[in-house]
Amino acid sequence: MSSFSITSHTPNHDPKGVVYALTAFAFLTVGLLLFLPLVAVFAEAFSKGPAVFWETFRDPVTQNSILLTLKVAALAVPLNTIFGVAAAWSVTRFTFPGRRFLVSLVELPLWVSPVIGGLLYTLIFGLQGWLGGWLEEHDIQIIFAYPGLVLATIFVTFPFVARVLIPLMESLGQAEEEAAVTLGARGWQVFFRITLPRIKMGLLYGIILCNARAMGEFGAVSVVSGHIRNQTCTMPLQIEILHSEYQFAHAFALASILSLLGILTLLLKVYLEGQTKRQLPTEVPERRRHRDPATPTP
Amino acid sequence: MPRTRTHVLPGFQLSLGFTLFYFGVLVLVPVAALTFRTFSQGLPAFWGTILEERAIASYKNSFGLSLLAGGFDGVVGLVIAWVLTRYDFPGRRALDALIDLPFALPTAVAGIALTALYSPQGWLGKLLPFKVAYTPLGIFIALAFVGLPFVVRTIQPVLAQLPVELEEAAACLGASRLLIFTKVLFPAVLPAVLTGITLAFGRSVGEYGSVIFIAGNIAYYTEITPLLIVMKLEQFHYPAAAGLGFFMLIVSFFILFLIQILQTWNARRSGGRA
Amino acid sequence: MSIRVENISKVFERFPALNGVSLEVKEGDLLALLGPSGSGKTTLLRIIAGLEFPGRDDGKVFLDGRDVTWESAYARRAGFVFQHYALFNHMTVGDNIAFGLRVRPRKTRPPEADIRKKIEELLTMVQLPGLEHRFPTQLSGGQRQRIALARALAVEPKILLLDEPFGALDAKVRKELRKWLREFHDRTGLTTIFVTHDQDEAFELADHVVILHEGKIQQSGTPKEITSSPANTFVSDFLGFNEH
Repeated sequence: MSSFSITSHTPNHDPKGVVYALTAFAFLTVGLLLFLPLVAVFAEAFSKGPAVFWETFRDPVTQNSILLTLKVAALAVPLNTIFGVAAAWSVTRFTFPGRRFLVSLVELPLWVSPVIGGLLYTLIFGLQGWLGGWLEEHDIQIIFAYPGLVLATIFVTFPFVARVLIPLMESLGQAEEEAAVTLGARGWQVFFRITLPRIKMGLLYGIILCNARAMGEFGAVSVVSGHIRNQTCTMPLQIEILHSEYQFAHAFALASILSLLGILTLLLKVYLEGQTKRQLPTEVPERRRHRDPATPTP
Repeated sequence: MPRTRTHVLPGFQLSLGFTLFYFGVLVLVPVAALTFRTFSQGLPAFWGTILEERAIASYKNSFGLSLLAGGFDGVVGLVIAWVLTRYDFPGRRALDALIDLPFALPTAVAGIALTALYSPQGWLGKLLPFKVAYTPLGIFIALAFVGLPFVVRTIQPVLAQLPVELEEAAACLGASRLLIFTKVLFPAVLPAVLTGITLAFGRSVGEYGSVIFIAGNIAYYTEITPLLIVMKLEQFHYPAAAGLGFFMLIVSFFILFLIQILQTWNARRSGGRA
Repeated sequence: MSIRVENISKVFERFPALNGVSLEVKEGDLLALLGPSGSGKTTLLRIIAGLEFPGRDDGKVFLDGRDVTWESAYARRAGFVFQHYALFNHMTVGDNIAFGLRVRPRKTRPPEADIRKKIEELLTMVQLPGLEHRFPTQLSGGQRQRIALARALAVEPKILLLDEPFGALDAKVRKELRKWLREFHDRTGLTTIFVTHDQDEAFELADHVVILHEGKIQQSGTPKEITSSPANTFVSDFLGFNEH
């Protein structure tokens, strides 16, 4: 668990001039590099006026893209949540050979190009993939269809719930769960009555993070999608299409919705960090202490 | 009744079983397929794919520019982390929250936003005498955007936990502020800076959505390796796509491995407290 | 219930926590496991409780003559009180105490009214009446300690195991609770083992003391026996006999 508070700052002995110069530099770079693009999204979205902005969402193709994005997330996020809970439970409550390797494997999708995610499933389910022939015979569509989108999205976003739960459950310790076991609680009772109430907030945050990333996923989905309008275009892909058709205001209008989701996630993170006084994971890996969960103090 | 494996808490087999199953289906089997496909036409074909001129041109962008952007982020990130941990000023909290923006913004959104800013008719593009979008410089900026949070967030905790006594002791011994920085503080945060740069690099190498719009994808000039993979797939050149993908995967593993080492070094040097 | 431990060994990632430990606890006894940190005393307690298992061929645990080495803690009817209490902070005191009763399968679960009566009885027994609706975070350390005890007792264990019961409390509360625990034990007559690194505590409270060091038993006997004839230099050092 990180004891670093984001509001802490250490005393400063730098000369005034340096302080002003460095602070100005920080604002300038963050403003130009990070903040300006965000401003651009909303400015461009409304660049032709609010009427054009709202017109974006009356287009049936765009509407379908929003619906599809929600449908993909509706399957990908719960599955990844179950995975996150299972992975965190197995890794923080038991020791077994290869445990640490498994923990690092959870991080894999974050360091691999999302295009690779799409590539992997195309190689198996695509027309010339391993199962391509078999699928075609049985008229099952995975690539260029909803299942492919879900698979690619799952691949890219499966770490998120796990990465929040693993350090959380490690730091919470298993004494309460052991106590429950000594009192006679069995299997699911331990999880639902003792563990779940304690990880509630972390789980919620992980789910929201996973969802935001799932809805915004572009690279992996782009590969498996085939860009079939009304059928396999999620919001990010629709944004790309609108942009390539020079319908910039519409593209940015759609983009602003996704941005809002992202900003809300960020605000939630800031809020939760303030509440729990502990730093929440983003995509930066935590410095793990690799503590063995089952070793008690002798 | 002696059992060979007994666990106090329930659910070992279920949780580990499901976890391994998930991994197996999502990662291991597909990666096996990738490996198989990569070498399905033999080793020379593989070398041919990854050493193709167009591929090498893309490496300059995907790897070379990622490294440069990482270095840039390292310097800028250090300053930003310094300012955030050591100074107090109105708007500090907001500045701190903004650092995570690249994580919050979907990659395609960042991509079109950056293009809007840096294209020749863009907000900043029209103010600058040189072209940014559709050149490697545009790619560089996109990668710097993506990587900055990694550097800042890696340096911040280390900087915040540096004992003040170090500087005070050096100051008592008569060292100037600059000397204190170069001889005492910088060496102490160096592991964190290098770790952060490697993280940014690792992320930038595979970046697609943020880059694809501003790059312009001009053959041999502003193509990134993931784009080549996409193109090969669209042309049904599966083994070639697999080859490039395999290559990138190996690089990612190597970077991941390097990151683990660096993080251990970083943790050890800064007292090992997380 | 009597407890017997035969030749128990336990290794954690190549660190030998226990090495061939055997001991016996008579029914109704109050035994102290005493030793410095790292001596293996908590590991031994956890193995007796069923929260830890010895290596595959590394010893046995018997309760009332029955081999329970691989049985779960609950099957052994072993009540365990954790060092930092491990109270369920999201539940009230009453719900904590009733937990063991409420998780029983429908067939053996007592009716709600009985459960509520039991909560009251137990709270009275630990001298904390009326606290059912408070939350553990609202209680003092000493109070939490006794709630943890009440919770363990709710399922009518045959043995009681306490891991450094007073470790997290300040000196004054420690002394009061010590006396209280002894009286409590005399009242209930439950076979009890507690772990401590505090020798005053061990000698004041326990009928028998077992001194552990580096995973091996150094000496075992009544407090009088140990203080009058320490078995080796470690014991006499530990008791402070060799200090100037």
